[in-house]
Amino acid sequence: MNYNPIKETKQDDKEEVIRLNLPLTDRQRSSLQAGQMVYLTGTLYTARDQAHLRMLQEIREGKELPIPLSEAGIYYCGPTPARPGNLVGSIGPTTSSRMDKMTVPLLEKGLKLMIGKGKRSPEVVKAIAEQKALYLSAIGGAGALYAGCITAMEPVAYEDLMAEAVYRIEVKDFPAVVSVDSSGNTIF
Amino acid sequence: MRIINTDLIRGKVKELCLELAYKMSDDLKASLERGRSQECTYLGRQVLAMLLENGERAEEQQIPLCQDTGMVFVYLELGQDVHLEGPFVGDAVNQGVREAYEEGYLRKSMVDPITRANTKDNTPAQIQIEMVPGDGARLSVLLKGFGSENMGRVRMLTPSAGVEGIVDFVLDTVREAGGNPCPPLVVGIGIGGSMDKSAAMAKKALFRPLGERSPDPFLKELENRLLREINETHVGPMGFGGEITGLEVFIEKFPTHLAGLPVAVNLNCHSLRRKTIEL
Repeated sequence: MNYNPIKETKQDDKEEVIRLNLPLTDRQRSSLQAGQMVYLTGTLYTARDQAHLRMLQEIREGKELPIPLSEAGIYYCGPTPARPGNLVGSIGPTTSSRMDKMTVPLLEKGLKLMIGKGKRSPEVVKAIAEQKALYLSAIGGAGALYAGCITAMEPVAYEDLMAEAVYRIEVKDFPAVVSVDSSGNTIF
Repeated sequence: MRIINTDLIRGKVKELCLELAYKMSDDLKASLERGRSQECTYLGRQVLAMLLENGERAEEQQIPLCQDTGMVFVYLELGQDVHLEGPFVGDAVNQGVREAYEEGYLRKSMVDPITRANTKDNTPAQIQIEMVPGDGARLSVLLKGFGSENMGRVRMLTPSAGVEGIVDFVLDTVREAGGNPCPPLVVGIGIGGSMDKSAAMAKKALFRPLGERSPDPFLKELENRLLREINETHVGPMGFGGEITGLEVFIEKFPTHLAGLPVAVNLNCHSLRRKTIEL
């Protein structure tokens, strides 16, 4: 079941619905502004604390990363296990600031899109602007709703980390709010 | 004397964990609906509408409300005329948690603090047993996500800081937390006691029904004032800015030492998952 974007909640809500396919082009990223709500369709990779630690270790050792950073969007999350017959369990965002100290090296390696919740450190905001990347907030605590946006999911790396493993997910009309835009403006 | 078999406790802990993970409580739903009608920003209203829809989806499809199905807190108030029989009560509680998290496809989030090795069944629960008069028994369960737990604070204020010091500390905690604890928040506050007592009161306060105020007239006024001032921070739903930053403020107090004024603030996300039942 797919999630139907909410078009309006009150008569004065005339905000237009912005739908985008992933990966975003340079031009799409630079046209988005902090505070806009977008609905994404395409491929994302999940990664959180422990997966970041491992990716940084691989960068230090000169190894290849398990995900193609320049095309990948990283979704900070650790889903619940899927029920038999279901594709995925509850899959909302986790707090992004825990990844702040591990984010700049990934941006320098080509990462262009991150999705999580909450604010980012000044260092990350600066690096986002330098790399013309983008940080979006998903809606925390809406994991059942986000489950309806996932059309495919498979583990890619670090499966021993269970919920913290890296998964490739296909999303459809995934709602998120531009929170640090490619010029370094933030919503917070 | 009344006899309670601890297997009853195991079963009820399991039942409550499952119910709380999937079902938004009625008082929370009403509170979010009220928030939505009062919120003035477009994004804030979108967020609140999505949270309400999330609650419907979760219950219909038996998908957890939030992927962080939490650390489990279990409070058992036992009458002194109650005799427990069966397996050790601590083991019974943990068995209930183990069964719920395995059978309910909930996320196992408990790890060793140093090695980060997962315990694989979301145990141990944090268990508090309190003895009360009579032969009643009351079980309270809270599933607490760590996005909000991470943003809680305890401060040992000086007595001269007074009420204004308490208010400033609470507001600073909410402002610094921003969107991280998933506002709109339910804020539990413990004033007095000791460092640990204030923190325990702040957490236990989260069990109060939403909309209910402290029976203490002074605390009731302080709750109203803090809720108003928390909303005036304009942190807003998910930290995007807006009118609704707090849903409720619950304050508990306990006498403290003449040299101190401990204050604890426990922030709970909008996904408040707690319930109390009589056994």
